[in-house]
Parts: sequence; structure tokens; C-alpha cells
Amino acid sequence: MAQVLIQSLNKKFDEVHVVKDVNLEIRDKEFMVFVGPSGCGKTTTLRMIAGLESITSGQVMIGDTVVNTLPPMDRDIAMVFQNYALYPHMTVYDNMAFGLKMRKFAKDDIRRRVQDAADILDIRDYLHRKPRQLSGGQRQRVALGRAIVRHPRVFLFDEPLSNLDAKLRVQMRIELRKLHERLGTTAVYVTHDQVEAMTLGDRVVVMRDGRVQQVGEPLELYYQPANRFVAGFLGSPAMNFATVRIEADPGGGFVAANEGLRLTVPPRLTDRVGPYAGRELTLGIRPEDLHIADASDPPDLVFDAVVEVIERLGSEALLVMRVGKDAMVASVEPTVPARMRDRLRIAINPERLHAFDMETGAAV
Amino acid sequence: MSSATTEAGVGGIRRSRRRMLFEDERWLAMALLSPTILLLGLFIAYPFVTGVMLSLSNARVGVPGEFVGFANFARLWNDPIFAKAVGNTFIYTAVTTVFKLALGLWLAVLLNRHFRGKALVRAFILLPFIIPTVLSTFAWKWMFDPTFSVLNWTFRTLGLIDTRINWLGDPDLAMLSVMIVNIWRGVPFYAISLLAGLQTISPDLHEAAAIDGARPWSRFWHITWPLLLPVTMVVVLFSVIQTFADFQLVYVLTAGGPANATHLFATYAYQVAIGTGLLSEGAAISLAMFPVLFLVVIIQLLYIRRVETR
Repeated sequence: MAQVLIQSLNKKFDEVHVVKDVNLEIRDKEFMVFVGPSGCGKTTTLRMIAGLESITSGQVMIGDTVVNTLPPMDRDIAMVFQNYALYPHMTVYDNMAFGLKMRKFAKDDIRRRVQDAADILDIRDYLHRKPRQLSGGQRQRVALGRAIVRHPRVFLFDEPLSNLDAKLRVQMRIELRKLHERLGTTAVYVTHDQVEAMTLGDRVVVMRDGRVQQVGEPLELYYQPANRFVAGFLGSPAMNFATVRIEADPGGGFVAANEGLRLTVPPRLTDRVGPYAGRELTLGIRPEDLHIADASDPPDLVFDAVVEVIERLGSEALLVMRVGKDAMVASVEPTVPARMRDRLRIAINPERLHAFDMETGAAV
Repeated sequence: MSSATTEAGVGGIRRSRRRMLFEDERWLAMALLSPTILLLGLFIAYPFVTGVMLSLSNARVGVPGEFVGFANFARLWNDPIFAKAVGNTFIYTAVTTVFKLALGLWLAVLLNRHFRGKALVRAFILLPFIIPTVLSTFAWKWMFDPTFSVLNWTFRTLGLIDTRINWLGDPDLAMLSVMIVNIWRGVPFYAISLLAGLQTISPDLHEAAAIDGARPWSRFWHITWPLLLPVTMVVVLFSVIQTFADFQLVYVLTAGGPANATHLFATYAYQVAIGTGLLSEGAAISLAMFPVLFLVVIIQLLYIRRVETR
């Protein structure tokens, strides 16, 4: 059990700066998820924690120890790789026992630990098989088993579910969460899948171009994204963005307008939007915060939209619409009577309206 | 009009009959295999059978000869030079194979790392392998020459020796020299083949093993070596066959001398058959290699299959 402390961490491959000044405290027993697009530096950061990649500058601490120069084996960590990295010439038992053998554990102890892990992961029947005789899901369990037999201080996961099919991925996600509840070991988990990030993480780190964009609990990131990137990255379908011009309303307050819409800025945002009067900014609104307007919606929060495509998913329907020059997606009742090319009146939920600076992308 | 129709009909039937012949897989298989069978028959089976016939006759240059049974083999049994050649061949193959494997593996592991100029070094490593053997062996012959030897010059300048070493003139040193050249020439093949094998081993496995607590030597022993074994076996198989039947190198360096000290199967067979003109006896010497090589191939193929299916 240990916390992981990352301070001013940098990584350069020759002249390419892939991890830029990352600071992070991963608490004891916490499940921390790194999420971001390909090449954002999340895996490199994980590999620096593991000791598989040298640290250009900065510091990584596990527990009370600075591990910068410690080889991987002395960091008391276990890692699960994307492609499992099972030793193909060894049986499942030997795969799981290898780390213990290398550390000179007693034979009885090894057997007991491997059996325990096999029971937890429900792979007891496969212990004598070779990895290639297993399905993807079973291999994944073996890889997990190899990690848990050693009772390390920290688990590192490098996109462990990305090679599984969609159904199995959901199932393993739930099992991983259960496993973490049961073992309580500090975990660092890298993924590019925002659903995994939201569902697995106690906290989530969103990274982009080597920099941390935001750290927080999943819903915190979802409802209060620090910038336009985080807002657009989390959530499916993604948040809608529209460039608007802020004008002072003669009747007080502000109006956000472009060719397709004209909305009164909700009072919650007036103080922060005020300085943008006469300038442009980016409005953000999630698909579920749009609905088909009815008589109860105030007319200053409603705009016209033309339906281009309807995707009926069963639990909801997605309306892909054109609003002026912008494309927007609304998530509505699955039985909505709309058809393609219909002109609809759409209302927004003012409580969930986001605004971002055009240049910096920071939340206003 | 009607006759034209009939002709077209006949043509159609002929075409479809030919097509039927090809769609019958037995015929198709025969048709596709025949070029290979022809080539193998002409260049492998026919010479082999002729060699066997020759070895059972008393043919000499200009004399067709007649069937004498195993007389040639019986004579070989009591031939001390043949016995020496057999011993030489085994020692030569065993010693050089061990060194080629060890050095080749070492080089392969080194070349599998990342460093500047890797591609260039890999290309250079191949040089001994791509230079025609006869040419490079002539160069070695100069280096071993008692008077002009650059080796002797170097050792003497360094003060390691004070008399010239007669590399190719002393029976033991001659064998050593021949082995050195064979190893020099053979290592690149091992290095490049094993390097190709090493590159099929996922680096993730080494990283997983490093995290599992395996130190470099353990990683090599528990991960690299077992995963490379199938490739190693194939490489060794090829190399053993080639070394066992080696000819050019010994022929150019020593021609089997001094005093038959470096004769191998192939050089002795050549000397007897072509040098002396005793074609049948030469064929018998060549054929004496066959059971040994056959056994080597069987054992190694069985082993490779076992490794691959386990």
C-alpha cells in the first residue's frame, strides 16, 4: 500500500518533449485513471512510474522512496500490459509463479498464492494450459493474476482492456472495479476510452500533448470541465460547441448570438461572460442538455434546428441537427416523432451551459 | 449456319472437358507439382542415384567399371586417411558450431539493442558472409603465410612471440587455422538469423520479466533462450549440414594438408576421385557422409516439431 507522488516530471525522446511538467499525487488505495488521446503522454508517464522509461527530469516517489533510478524489480509494482505479455512458453501456473520464483519465494508459498489468485480470477481450471490455448478474456485474467500474486504496493495498467471485444470489456471493467475494492491496492490505469475512465476511476487525469489538463473525480470533470478539451473529450456523444458573439442586452444581462441562435446568457454566467461583451467565445452544451421546446421553455433559451440524421439507439434517440453553420447533437426521448429534414424548436438547460475562451480554451 | 453452331458447341465441350480436368484436384495437383518433381529428379535424385551406383562399381577416369558390391566401402574401412578425415570432420563441425552459435548469439543480442548507426553495423556484420568464400579464404591464406603473415608481424611487434608461427604448416595449427576461418565466415549467418529470431520476441515480455524481478541474465535464460530455441535449432541444422560437407575453405587453405591433417569428407573425396581418378572410391567417401547427415536432420526436425507443438 502506498501513495505515488509525481513532481515536475518531464520526458524527452531526443528533441520530442512527450511529458511536460506533470505534478500529481496519487493517494494510497486510490484508483487513478490517466485518459487522453494517442500520443498525449499517458503511457510514457505510466512507464516512468514503472521504471521502464528513464526520467528526463523531475521525480517519482512510491511510498516514501524516490524511485527515479531504481530498476523496475525494486519498485514493488506490478504491471498489466495491453497485449497481456504472457510468457508463451510457460503454463498459466508458471506465468503467475514466475515473479515469485525470481524473488525466491518458498515453493509452498508460491503454490498457495497462485491458487488464491486463480480462485479470485476464476482461472483455476486453466493453470496447466499454455497462453495460446486461452481466449482473450482468459489471457487477460492470467495477466491480472500475475500482477496480484505478488501483493505489490502499486498496480499499473496499460490499456489492459483494449484488445477485448466490447461485451467482454464491459464485463472485465466491472471485475477490475470489484478486484480493486477487494484488494485495495493503489492503482494507476491508462486508457484512451473515456467510458473506462469515468467508470473505473476514483479520480481521473485528463492529458493532452504531454500536459495534465485536469485532475478530479469523474463527475467533477464532466460537470465542471476546466477547458474545452476536457469538455469535448469526456462524454458520448461529445459536447456541442458553437462560436457566439457576446452582446450587452439593453434590458440588462448579455446575449450570445450567431447566425443560428440567439440565447440570453443565464444569470449564473453573467459575471464571467461580462468581460467578453463585444467579443466572441465558445459555448458548450451537452447533447442531453438539449430538448425539444414546449410552451414552458422561455423563448430566449430556444433556437431553430433542422434535423439531418436521427439515430435511434433504443434508450435514447440522437438528433443530428444543423443550427446556423454549426452541427449539434441532441439526445432526446427514443420515441420522438421527428423525421429527417424536420425543422424543430430546441431548448437548452441554462444550468448546464458552458462557455470557453476562444484562444486559451479555458472555461470562462 | 447450323455447322457453325455445331463447331462452337464442340469447342465448348472441349473447353469444359479441359476445365473439368483442372477442377479435379488430383490432376491439378499433379500438374502443379510436376515442375518441382522434374527439377528435384534431375538435379537431386539422378545425381544421388548415380553416385550410389558409382560407389558400388570400380569405375575410374576413362574406365566405366563394373559392379563390385561394397568393395569400395570395405577398403575405406581400413584406410587410415579416411579415418582421419572422419575424425577431422566431426571435430571441425563440433568445435566451429559451438563457437559460431556462441559468438553469433552474442552478436545478435548486441545488435538487437538500439544504438546509433545500427543499420550500418548490421550491414558490415554480413561482410564475411557475402564475400565469395574462395576470395576471403585466399586473403586468410596470406594472413597465415609464414613469411608474410600479418598475424605473425603483429604478435612479434607486440613482443608476444619471437619465432615465426607456421600456421598452415603445423598439423594442429593448420586445423586450428581452418576452424578460425570457418568460424569467421559462419558467425554472420548465425548473428543475422538469430537477430531476426530475437526481433520476433515482443519487448513487452522482457519488460514484464524485468518487473517480475528477473535480472538480465535470468531474462535471457528464462525468456530469450527458450523463445529463440526453434530458430536456433533451424540455424544450427543448416549450419551443421554445411560445415559437415565443407570443401572450399579447406581446399583453398591447405588442400587437406599438411600430411592429410586437415582433410574433411569432401576434400578427401575430391582428392581421391578427381585428383587420383578413382571415381568409385571418391563416390564411396562422399556417400559415407550421408547416414550421418540424415541422422542429424531427423533428430533436429523431430526436436523442432516438438518445440513448436508444445
